[in-house]
Amino acid sequence: MAGIVGYGAYAPRYRIKVEEIAKVWGTDAESYKRGLRLEEKSVPGLDQDVITMSVEAARNALKRARIDPKKIGAVYIGSESHPYAVKPSGTVVGEAIGATPDVHCADFEFACKAGTEGMFVALGLIEAGKMEYALAIGADTSQGAPSDALEYSTAAGAAAFIFGTKDVIAEVTHTFSYMTDTPDFWRREYMHYPRHAGRFTGAPAYFKHIKGAAKAIMEISGKKPEDFAHVVFHQPNGKFPTTVGKQLGFKPQQLETGLLCPRLGNTYSGSSPMGLTAVLDVAKPGEEILMVSYGSGAGSDAFIYRITEKITEVQGLAPKTTDYLDRNKVYIDYGTYAKLRKKIRMGE
Amino acid sequence: MSTSARYWREIPQRYRLEAGKCSGCGAIWFPPRLVCKECGKREFEVVNLPDRGKVQTFTVIRVPPSEFCDQAPYALGVIELENGVLLQCQIADCSPDELSVGMPVRIEFRKIKEEGEAGIICYGYKAVPVRE
Ligand SMILES: [Zn+2]
Repeated sequence: MAGIVGYGAYAPRYRIKVEEIAKVWGTDAESYKRGLRLEEKSVPGLDQDVITMSVEAARNALKRARIDPKKIGAVYIGSESHPYAVKPSGTVVGEAIGATPDVHCADFEFACKAGTEGMFVALGLIEAGKMEYALAIGADTSQGAPSDALEYSTAAGAAAFIFGTKDVIAEVTHTFSYMTDTPDFWRREYMHYPRHAGRFTGAPAYFKHIKGAAKAIMEISGKKPEDFAHVVFHQPNGKFPTTVGKQLGFKPQQLETGLLCPRLGNTYSGSSPMGLTAVLDVAKPGEEILMVSYGSGAGSDAFIYRITEKITEVQGLAPKTTDYLDRNKVYIDYGTYAKLRKKIRMGE
Repeated sequence: MSTSARYWREIPQRYRLEAGKCSGCGAIWFPPRLVCKECGKREFEVVNLPDRGKVQTFTVIRVPPSEFCDQAPYALGVIELENGVLLQCQIADCSPDELSVGMPVRIEFRKIKEEGEAGIICYGYKAVPVRE
Protein backbone atom coordinates (compact mmCIF):
# COMPACT_ATOMS: atom_id res chain seq x y z
CA MET A 1 0.00 0.00 0.00
CA ALA A 2 1.18 3.55 -0.77
CA GLY A 3 2.23 5.83 2.03
CA ILE A 4 5.01 7.88 3.59
CA VAL A 5 8.53 6.45 3.24
CA GLY A 6 10.39 9.42 4.73
CA TYR A 7 9.53 12.64 6.56
CA GLY A 8 11.35 15.65 7.95
CA ALA A 9 10.71 19.05 9.51
CA TYR A 10 12.55 22.32 9.90
CA ALA A 11 12.01 25.46 11.99
CA PRO A 12 14.27 28.51 12.31
CA ARG A 13 15.87 29.24 15.70
CA TYR A 14 14.46 32.72 16.36
CA ARG A 15 11.45 33.13 18.68
CA ILE A 16 9.38 36.07 19.81
CA LYS A 17 7.12 35.87 22.85
CA VAL A 18 3.51 37.00 22.78
CA GLU A 19 4.32 39.44 25.64
CA GLU A 20 6.93 41.19 23.47
CA ILE A 21 4.40 41.82 20.68
CA ALA A 22 1.65 42.83 23.12
CA LYS A 23 4.00 45.33 24.77
CA VAL A 24 4.46 47.21 21.49
CA TRP A 25 0.75 47.44 20.66
CA GLY A 26 -0.55 47.95 24.18
CA THR A 27 -2.67 44.81 24.17
CA ASP A 28 -3.23 42.25 26.90
CA ALA A 29 -0.76 39.37 26.43
CA GLU A 30 -2.75 37.19 28.84
CA SER A 31 -5.78 37.26 26.56
CA TYR A 32 -3.69 35.75 23.75
CA LYS A 33 -2.02 33.27 26.09
CA ARG A 34 -5.16 32.09 27.84
CA GLY A 35 -7.75 32.82 25.16
CA LEU A 36 -5.86 31.49 22.13
CA ARG A 37 -3.21 29.33 23.85
CA LEU A 38 -0.29 31.14 22.20
CA GLU A 39 3.05 31.49 24.02
CA GLU A 40 5.69 32.26 21.38
CA LYS A 41 6.28 31.89 17.65
CA SER A 42 9.16 31.14 15.31
CA VAL A 43 10.69 33.87 13.14
CA PRO A 44 12.86 33.21 10.07
CA GLY A 45 16.35 34.68 9.85
CA LEU A 46 17.18 37.24 7.14
CA ASP A 47 18.66 34.43 5.03
CA GLN A 48 15.72 32.03 5.40
CA ASP A 49 12.58 31.66 3.33
CA VAL A 50 10.20 28.96 2.09
CA ILE A 51 12.85 27.60 -0.26
CA THR A 52 15.65 27.28 2.32
CA MET A 53 13.38 25.70 4.96
CA SER A 54 11.90 23.33 2.35
CA VAL A 55 15.38 22.16 1.35
CA GLU A 56 16.29 21.42 4.98
CA ALA A 57 13.01 19.58 5.65
CA ALA A 58 13.39 17.61 2.40
CA ARG A 59 16.98 16.66 3.27
CA ASN A 60 15.73 15.32 6.61
CA ALA A 61 13.03 13.34 4.78
CA LEU A 62 15.69 11.92 2.43
CA LYS A 63 17.86 10.86 5.37
CA ARG A 64 14.91 8.85 6.68
CA ALA A 65 13.77 7.48 3.31
CA ARG A 66 17.32 6.38 2.41
CA ILE A 67 16.56 6.58 -1.31
CA ASP A 68 18.37 7.96 -4.34
CA PRO A 69 16.89 11.45 -4.90
CA LYS A 70 17.02 10.81 -8.66
CA LYS A 71 14.11 8.39 -8.17
CA ILE A 72 11.84 11.21 -6.98
CA GLY A 73 9.36 11.85 -9.80
CA ALA A 74 7.55 14.88 -8.38
CA VAL A 75 8.43 17.88 -6.20
CA TYR A 76 5.42 19.76 -4.85
CA ILE A 77 5.64 22.71 -2.48
CA GLY A 78 2.59 24.23 -0.88
CA SER A 79 2.94 27.74 0.55
CA GLU A 80 1.35 31.18 0.65
CA SER A 81 4.80 32.80 0.91
CA HIS A 82 6.72 31.45 -2.09
CA PRO A 83 9.75 33.77 -2.50
CA TYR A 84 9.04 34.40 -6.19
CA ALA A 85 5.70 35.54 -7.62
CA VAL A 86 6.70 33.77 -10.83
CA LYS A 87 9.26 30.91 -10.63
CA PRO A 88 8.32 27.82 -8.65
CA SER A 89 10.04 27.23 -5.30
CA GLY A 90 10.22 23.59 -6.37
CA THR A 91 12.78 24.41 -9.07
CA VAL A 92 15.37 25.43 -6.49
CA VAL A 93 14.39 22.73 -3.98
CA GLY A 94 14.41 19.95 -6.59
CA GLU A 95 17.86 21.06 -7.76
CA ALA A 96 19.23 21.35 -4.20
CA ILE A 97 18.20 17.81 -3.23
CA GLY A 98 19.42 16.30 -6.52
CA ALA A 99 16.03 15.31 -7.97
CA THR A 100 16.44 17.15 -11.29
CA PRO A 101 16.01 16.97 -14.27
CA ASP A 102 13.63 13.98 -14.67
CA VAL A 103 10.97 15.31 -12.33
CA HIS A 104 7.55 16.97 -12.37
CA CYS A 105 7.41 20.20 -10.37
CA ALA A 106 4.57 22.44 -9.21
CA ASP A 107 3.93 24.96 -6.46
CA PHE A 108 0.59 24.86 -4.68
CA GLU A 109 -1.35 27.65 -3.02
CA PHE A 110 -4.42 27.33 -0.82
CA ALA A 111 -3.84 29.45 2.29
CA CYS A 112 -2.87 27.07 5.11
CA LYS A 113 -3.73 23.82 3.34
CA ALA A 114 -1.34 24.13 0.39
CA GLY A 115 0.98 21.60 2.05
CA THR A 116 -1.62 18.85 2.33
CA GLU A 117 -2.74 19.60 -1.24
CA GLY A 118 0.73 18.66 -2.42
CA MET A 119 0.60 15.54 -0.23
CA PHE A 120 -2.79 14.60 -1.69
CA VAL A 121 -1.53 14.86 -5.29
CA ALA A 122 1.82 13.15 -4.57
CA LEU A 123 0.02 10.23 -2.97
CA GLY A 124 -2.37 9.98 -5.93
CA LEU A 125 0.54 9.73 -8.39
CA ILE A 126 2.11 6.93 -6.34
CA GLU A 127 -1.21 5.08 -6.11
CA ALA A 128 -1.61 5.43 -9.88
CA GLY A 129 1.82 3.89 -10.38
CA LYS A 130 3.12 6.92 -12.30
CA MET A 131 6.39 7.14 -10.38
CA GLU A 132 8.44 5.45 -7.69
CA TYR A 133 8.63 8.34 -5.22
CA ALA A 134 6.97 11.76 -4.89
CA LEU A 135 7.98 14.59 -2.55
CA ALA A 136 5.44 16.98 -1.01
CA ILE A 137 6.32 19.90 1.24
CA GLY A 138 4.27 22.38 3.27
CA ALA A 139 6.22 25.52 4.22
CA ASP A 140 5.56 29.14 5.06
CA THR A 141 7.09 32.32 6.41
CA SER A 142 3.70 33.87 6.93
CA GLN A 143 3.21 37.51 7.89
CA GLY A 144 0.48 39.25 9.83
CA ALA A 145 0.03 43.01 9.53
CA PRO A 146 1.59 44.90 12.45
CA SER A 147 -0.84 45.03 15.42
CA ASP A 148 -3.28 42.66 13.69
CA ALA A 149 -4.38 39.65 15.75
CA LEU A 150 -2.55 37.46 13.24
CA GLU A 151 0.78 39.00 14.19
CA TYR A 152 0.75 37.00 17.44
CA SER A 153 0.65 33.67 15.62
CA THR A 154 2.12 33.88 12.07
CA ALA A 155 5.26 31.79 12.12
CA ALA A 156 7.82 29.99 9.96
CA GLY A 157 8.47 26.29 9.43
CA ALA A 158 8.42 23.42 6.96
CA ALA A 159 7.55 19.75 6.77
CA ALA A 160 8.43 17.34 3.95
CA PHE A 161 7.09 13.90 3.08
CA ILE A 162 8.29 11.37 0.52
CA PHE A 163 5.57 9.03 -0.71
CA GLY A 164 6.19 5.60 -2.18
CA THR A 165 5.21 1.94 -1.97
CA LYS A 166 8.46 0.30 -0.76
CA ASP A 167 9.49 0.35 2.91
CA VAL A 168 6.46 2.45 3.84
CA ILE A 169 6.52 3.76 7.42
CA ALA A 170 2.97 5.17 7.45
CA GLU A 171 0.39 3.72 5.06
CA VAL A 172 -2.31 6.12 3.89
CA THR A 173 -5.48 4.06 4.27
CA HIS A 174 -8.03 6.81 3.50
CA THR A 175 -8.20 10.38 2.23
CA PHE A 176 -11.05 12.86 1.97
CA SER A 177 -11.36 16.48 0.83
CA TYR A 178 -14.05 19.01 1.70
CA MET A 179 -14.21 22.44 0.06
CA THR A 180 -16.58 25.41 -0.36
CA ASP A 181 -16.26 29.04 -1.45
CA THR A 182 -15.91 30.81 1.90
CA PRO A 183 -14.19 34.25 1.94
CA ASP A 184 -12.80 34.14 5.50
CA PHE A 185 -9.19 35.14 4.67
CA TRP A 186 -7.51 36.30 1.47
CA ARG A 187 -4.73 38.40 -0.01
CA ARG A 188 -5.08 40.26 -3.29
CA GLU A 189 -2.24 40.66 -5.80
CA TYR A 190 0.43 43.23 -4.74
CA MET A 191 -0.91 43.39 -1.18
CA HIS A 192 1.78 42.73 1.41
CA TYR A 193 -0.46 41.47 4.21
CA PRO A 194 -3.56 39.27 4.08
CA ARG A 195 -7.04 40.38 5.16
CA HIS A 196 -9.42 38.31 7.23
CA ALA A 197 -13.04 38.45 8.23
CA GLY A 198 -12.47 38.44 12.01
CA ARG A 199 -14.83 36.13 13.82
CA PHE A 200 -16.14 34.81 10.52
CA THR A 201 -12.92 32.73 10.41
CA GLY A 202 -14.37 30.48 13.15
CA ALA A 203 -17.70 28.64 12.87
CA PRO A 204 -18.48 28.86 9.10
CA ALA A 205 -14.85 28.50 8.12
CA TYR A 206 -12.38 26.51 10.28
CA PHE A 207 -14.91 24.50 12.28
CA LYS A 208 -17.30 23.69 9.46
CA HIS A 209 -14.59 22.42 7.10
CA ILE A 210 -12.49 20.52 9.62
CA LYS A 211 -15.61 18.80 10.98
CA GLY A 212 -16.96 18.17 7.48
CA ALA A 213 -13.75 16.40 6.44
CA ALA A 214 -13.17 14.60 9.76
CA LYS A 215 -16.72 13.22 10.01
CA ALA A 216 -16.72 12.06 6.40
CA ILE A 217 -13.37 10.28 6.57
CA MET A 218 -14.37 8.53 9.81
CA GLU A 219 -17.60 7.45 8.17
CA ILE A 220 -16.01 6.01 5.00
CA SER A 221 -13.28 4.28 7.05
CA GLY A 222 -15.67 3.03 9.73
CA LYS A 223 -13.42 4.55 12.43
CA LYS A 224 -14.38 6.21 15.68
CA PRO A 225 -12.38 8.90 17.54
CA GLU A 226 -11.09 6.35 20.06
CA ASP A 227 -9.49 4.29 17.25
CA PHE A 228 -6.78 6.91 16.74
CA ALA A 229 -3.62 7.10 18.85
CA HIS A 230 -3.04 10.66 17.62
CA VAL A 231 -5.03 13.32 15.82
CA VAL A 232 -3.58 16.42 14.16
CA PHE A 233 -5.71 19.40 13.12
CA HIS A 234 -4.65 22.65 11.48
CA GLN A 235 -3.45 25.02 14.20
CA PRO A 236 -4.12 28.73 13.57
CA ASN A 237 -3.81 29.07 17.37
CA GLY A 238 -3.76 26.66 20.28
CA LYS A 239 -7.46 26.97 21.01
CA PHE A 240 -9.23 26.11 17.71
CA PRO A 241 -7.78 22.57 17.35
CA THR A 242 -8.49 21.83 21.01
CA THR A 243 -12.10 22.98 20.61
CA VAL A 244 -12.74 21.16 17.34
CA GLY A 245 -11.18 18.01 18.79
CA LYS A 246 -13.54 18.14 21.74
CA GLN A 247 -16.54 18.74 19.48
CA LEU A 248 -15.59 15.69 17.40
CA GLY A 249 -15.21 13.47 20.47
CA PHE A 250 -11.40 13.33 20.84
CA LYS A 251 -9.59 13.46 24.18
CA PRO A 252 -6.94 16.16 24.80
CA GLN A 253 -4.20 13.46 25.04
CA GLN A 254 -4.88 12.43 21.43
CA LEU A 255 -4.05 15.97 20.25
CA GLU A 256 -1.13 16.67 22.57
CA THR A 257 1.86 15.36 20.56
CA GLY A 258 0.88 17.05 17.33
CA LEU A 259 -0.25 20.36 18.83
CA LEU A 260 2.80 22.55 18.22
CA CYS A 261 1.13 25.95 17.84
CA PRO A 262 1.46 27.20 21.44
CA ARG A 263 5.28 27.13 21.21
CA LEU A 264 5.76 27.36 17.43
CA GLY A 265 2.97 29.61 16.15
CA ASN A 266 0.94 29.01 13.02
CA THR A 267 3.27 27.87 10.25
CA TYR A 268 0.36 28.00 7.78
CA SER A 269 1.03 25.40 5.05
CA GLY A 270 3.50 23.79 7.46
CA SER A 271 1.06 23.67 10.38
CA SER A 272 -0.71 20.30 10.37
CA PRO A 273 2.18 18.74 8.35
CA MET A 274 4.67 19.71 11.07
CA GLY A 275 2.24 18.39 13.68
CA LEU A 276 2.27 15.10 11.77
CA THR A 277 6.10 14.97 11.78
CA ALA A 278 6.09 15.42 15.57
CA VAL A 279 3.64 12.50 15.83
CA LEU A 280 5.68 10.30 13.45
CA ASP A 281 8.76 10.96 15.64
CA VAL A 282 7.13 9.00 18.48
CA ALA A 283 4.51 6.83 16.71
CA LYS A 284 4.50 3.06 17.28
CA PRO A 285 3.78 0.27 14.79
CA GLY A 286 0.06 -0.44 14.41
CA GLU A 287 -1.07 3.00 15.59
CA GLU A 288 -3.54 4.96 13.50
CA ILE A 289 -3.38 8.72 13.02
CA LEU A 290 -5.98 11.17 11.76
CA MET A 291 -4.81 14.42 10.18
CA VAL A 292 -7.10 17.21 8.96
CA SER A 293 -5.73 20.40 7.44
CA TYR A 294 -7.60 23.63 6.88
CA GLY A 295 -7.02 26.36 4.33
CA SER A 296 -9.02 29.55 4.22
CA GLY A 297 -11.06 30.14 1.15
CA ALA A 298 -11.92 27.35 2.24
CA GLY A 299 -11.22 23.65 2.46
CA SER A 300 -9.87 20.72 4.45
CA ASP A 301 -7.90 17.61 3.44
CA ALA A 302 -8.15 14.60 5.71
CA PHE A 303 -5.80 11.59 5.85
CA ILE A 304 -5.76 8.41 7.90
CA TYR A 305 -2.32 6.85 8.41
CA ARG A 306 -1.47 3.41 9.75
CA ILE A 307 2.04 3.11 11.17
CA THR A 308 4.10 0.11 10.06
CA GLU A 309 6.92 -1.70 11.89
CA LYS A 310 9.43 0.16 9.65
CA ILE A 311 8.90 3.39 11.57
CA THR A 312 11.32 2.53 14.35
CA GLU A 313 14.20 2.17 11.87
CA VAL A 314 13.90 5.73 10.57
CA GLN A 315 12.79 7.89 13.51
CA GLY A 316 16.36 8.51 14.67
CA LEU A 317 17.93 9.11 11.25
CA ALA A 318 17.30 12.88 11.20
CA PRO A 319 16.60 15.63 13.77
CA LYS A 320 13.21 15.33 15.48
CA THR A 321 10.67 18.12 15.20
CA THR A 322 10.88 18.85 18.92
CA ASP A 323 14.68 19.26 18.51
CA TYR A 324 13.95 22.25 16.27
CA LEU A 325 11.35 23.55 18.71
CA ASP A 326 13.18 23.18 22.00
CA ARG A 327 16.93 23.18 21.35
CA ASN A 328 18.95 26.02 20.02
CA LYS A 329 16.22 28.67 20.15
CA VAL A 330 16.96 32.33 20.82
CA TYR A 331 14.49 35.05 21.83
CA ILE A 332 14.40 38.35 19.98
CA ASP A 333 12.81 41.70 20.79
CA TYR A 334 10.24 43.43 18.59
CA GLY A 335 12.87 45.68 17.00
CA THR A 336 14.90 42.70 15.81
CA TYR A 337 11.69 40.98 14.72
CA ALA A 338 10.69 44.03 12.67
CA LYS A 339 14.10 43.98 10.99
CA LEU A 340 14.06 40.23 10.29
CA ARG A 341 10.53 40.41 8.87
CA LYS A 342 11.42 43.52 6.84
CA LYS A 343 8.75 45.63 8.51
CA ILE A 344 11.04 48.67 8.56
CA ARG A 345 11.00 51.02 5.60
CA MET A 346 14.60 51.65 4.52
CA GLY A 347 16.06 54.76 2.80
CA GLU A 348 17.09 54.57 -0.84
CA MET B 1 28.98 37.53 -17.85
CA SER B 2 26.10 38.60 -15.64
CA THR B 3 25.89 37.51 -12.01
CA SER B 4 22.78 35.44 -12.80
CA ALA B 5 24.62 33.39 -15.42
CA ARG B 6 27.60 32.77 -13.16
CA TYR B 7 25.30 31.85 -10.28
CA TRP B 8 23.47 29.38 -12.51
CA ARG B 9 26.72 27.76 -13.69
CA GLU B 10 27.82 27.18 -10.07
CA ILE B 11 24.53 25.60 -8.91
CA PRO B 12 25.96 22.05 -8.43
CA GLN B 13 28.53 23.44 -5.99
CA ARG B 14 26.34 26.08 -4.34
CA TYR B 15 23.31 23.83 -3.81
CA ARG B 16 24.68 20.30 -3.50
CA LEU B 17 28.35 20.77 -2.53
CA GLU B 18 29.43 18.70 -5.52
CA ALA B 19 33.17 18.11 -5.44
CA GLY B 20 35.53 16.23 -7.76
CA LYS B 21 37.25 13.10 -6.45
CA CYS B 22 40.39 12.20 -8.39
CA SER B 23 40.22 8.70 -9.86
CA GLY B 24 44.02 8.47 -9.63
CA CYS B 25 44.93 9.45 -6.07
CA GLY B 26 41.54 9.97 -4.41
CA ALA B 27 42.11 13.64 -3.60
CA ILE B 28 38.86 15.63 -3.31
CA TRP B 29 38.73 19.10 -4.86
CA PHE B 30 36.14 21.76 -4.09
CA PRO B 31 35.38 23.51 -6.29
CA PRO B 32 36.15 20.74 -8.79
CA ARG B 33 39.31 21.04 -10.92
CA LEU B 34 40.08 19.96 -14.46
CA VAL B 35 43.50 18.56 -13.53
CA CYS B 36 44.39 17.00 -10.16
CA LYS B 37 46.94 19.17 -8.38
CA GLU B 38 48.31 16.10 -6.56
CA CYS B 39 48.82 13.58 -9.37
CA GLY B 40 47.95 15.34 -12.64
CA LYS B 41 45.08 13.01 -13.64
CA ARG B 42 42.07 14.41 -15.46
CA GLU B 43 39.36 11.94 -14.41
CA PHE B 44 37.09 12.76 -11.50
CA GLU B 45 34.07 11.24 -9.82
CA VAL B 46 31.37 13.62 -8.54
CA VAL B 47 30.97 13.35 -4.76
CA ASN B 48 28.80 15.36 -2.36
CA LEU B 49 30.68 16.86 0.58
CA PRO B 50 29.54 15.95 4.12
CA ASP B 51 27.29 18.43 5.96
CA ARG B 52 29.23 18.39 9.23
CA GLY B 53 32.53 19.96 10.18
CA LYS B 54 34.24 22.39 12.52
CA VAL B 55 35.42 25.98 12.39
CA GLN B 56 39.10 26.12 11.43
CA THR B 57 39.34 29.90 11.40
CA PHE B 58 37.02 32.87 11.04
CA THR B 59 36.91 36.63 10.63
CA VAL B 60 34.16 39.08 11.56
CA ILE B 61 32.86 41.50 8.94
CA ARG B 62 31.65 44.72 10.53
CA VAL B 63 31.62 47.01 7.47
CA PRO B 64 30.22 44.82 4.69
CA PRO B 65 29.40 45.51 1.05
CA SER B 66 26.05 47.34 0.81
CA GLU B 67 24.01 44.23 -0.15
CA PHE B 68 24.99 42.52 3.13
CA CYS B 69 24.71 45.54 5.44
CA ASP B 70 21.53 44.31 7.16
CA GLN B 71 23.42 41.22 8.33
CA ALA B 72 26.43 42.97 9.93
CA PRO B 73 28.28 42.06 11.99
CA TYR B 74 28.64 38.57 10.54
CA ALA B 75 31.35 35.95 10.38
CA LEU B 76 33.12 34.42 7.40
CA GLY B 77 34.88 31.19 8.21
CA VAL B 78 36.94 28.34 6.87
CA ILE B 79 35.19 25.10 7.77
CA GLU B 80 37.05 21.80 7.95
CA LEU B 81 34.49 19.23 6.87
CA GLU B 82 34.43 15.69 8.27
CA ASN B 83 36.42 14.40 5.27
CA GLY B 84 39.10 17.07 5.67
CA VAL B 85 37.96 19.27 2.77
CA LEU B 86 38.08 22.99 3.54
CA LEU B 87 35.09 25.15 2.74
CA GLN B 88 34.94 28.92 2.96
CA CYS B 89 31.53 30.36 3.80
CA GLN B 90 29.48 32.60 6.05
CA ILE B 91 28.71 31.35 9.55
CA ALA B 92 25.05 32.16 10.20
CA ASP B 93 22.61 31.95 13.13
CA CYS B 94 25.08 33.25 15.68
CA SER B 95 26.54 36.45 17.02
CA PRO B 96 30.29 36.69 16.29
CA ASP B 97 31.20 36.62 20.00
CA GLU B 98 29.78 33.09 20.33
CA LEU B 99 32.26 31.73 17.80
CA SER B 100 35.42 29.82 18.55
CA VAL B 101 37.95 27.78 16.59
CA GLY B 102 37.04 24.09 16.68
CA MET B 103 33.33 24.79 17.15
CA PRO B 104 31.17 22.08 15.49
CA VAL B 105 29.01 23.33 12.61
CA ARG B 106 26.45 21.96 10.19
CA ILE B 107 26.06 23.11 6.60
CA GLU B 108 22.60 24.50 5.85
CA PHE B 109 20.91 25.80 2.71
CA ARG B 110 20.46 29.57 3.00
CA LYS B 111 19.74 32.65 1.00
CA ILE B 112 23.06 34.28 0.09
CA LYS B 113 21.80 37.51 -1.48
CA GLU B 114 19.10 39.08 -3.58
CA GLU B 115 20.00 40.90 -6.77
CA GLY B 116 17.90 43.87 -5.72
CA GLU B 117 14.12 43.95 -5.24
CA ALA B 118 13.41 42.70 -8.76
CA GLY B 119 16.39 40.44 -9.43
CA ILE B 120 16.98 36.77 -8.79
CA ILE B 121 17.50 35.33 -5.31
CA CYS B 122 20.85 33.57 -4.92
CA TYR B 123 20.94 30.52 -2.65
CA GLY B 124 23.82 28.49 -1.34
CA TYR B 125 25.50 26.99 1.71
CA LYS B 126 26.33 28.50 5.09
CA ALA B 127 27.66 26.98 8.26
CA VAL B 128 25.54 27.15 11.42
CA PRO B 129 26.75 26.25 14.91
CA VAL B 130 25.63 22.86 16.24
CA ARG B 131 24.42 23.43 19.79
CA GLU B 132 23.41 19.95 20.93
ZN1 LIG C 1 44.90 12.87 -8.14
